Amino acid sequence: MAVDASLAGRTFPPTAPYLVTEERVAEFAAATGSAYDGGAAPATFPIVVAFAAMTALMDHPDVGIELHRVVHGEQRFRYRRPVVAGDVLRATLTVDTLRQVGGADIIGTRSEITDAGGQEVCTAYATLVHRGAAA
Amino acid sequence: MTRLRTGDELPEQRFAVTRADLVRYAGASGDRNPIHWSDRIATSVGLPGVVAHGMFTMALAARALDVWAGSPGRVREIGCKFTKPVVVPDDERGAEVVVNGRVAEVDDGQARITLEVTCAGEKVLGAAKAVLEIA
Repeated sequence: MAVDASLAGRTFPPTAPYLVTEERVAEFAAATGSAYDGGAAPATFPIVVAFAAMTALMDHPDVGIELHRVVHGEQRFRYRRPVVAGDVLRATLTVDTLRQVGGADIIGTRSEITDAGGQEVCTAYATLVHRGAAA
Repeated sequence: MTRLRTGDELPEQRFAVTRADLVRYAGASGDRNPIHWSDRIATSVGLPGVVAHGMFTMALAARALDVWAGSPGRVREIGCKFTKPVVVPDDERGAEVVVNGRVAEVDDGQARITLEVTCAGEKVLGAAKAVLEIA
């Protein structure tokens, strides 16, 4: 069963505030072998916050997504400024595009990641591929 | 820091990826999808075996960019498609991800980089691009 068509254009409530700690960034850096000197977090670090927004979307009962059929198709980050320890980040996800290709739903999402002052830090674009039931 | 010019081929970066890395990344990123640590589950959904998180491979591309830029914190934009999974065998060597890059354009203190990310000779990330701040 395809994802609910009314999902297109829908904006979800912001995720709970996420405090970026030096310990968490250091662990993420160590796990990926990235350099971290206490300054800018590695460039893919905001996935930690964007993932919470995507999980909320996928878990939403009205939306009709089955988690085991979801594949991450594409990801992009566009920065206003680097993420640093001490940042308190929230992600507000909008479903920008929704289309069906060969029985799969292609869900184009955009998460605006803002700091405690409401300032834009980065935008995370994720395309999720929800495979059809027959697949 | 090395000056980047249009047309520059950037030095190749090679990264080993083991099962231990995926476990560590699962904890650090919050993505505990079992296809990244269980052969039983990965094969049950049609994969050849445990595969790396797409975001982990993307983090390796970001790591290469930090090396080319001369320091972390210079990635303004990074994006890619998750074209093919990186299969990670359960042994000491793991898989090897190879990252190459080319400076497509230098403009106004920023360098647009096109990336080629492969594993065992096959492209694993598609349309991989980044923007580095180089001023």
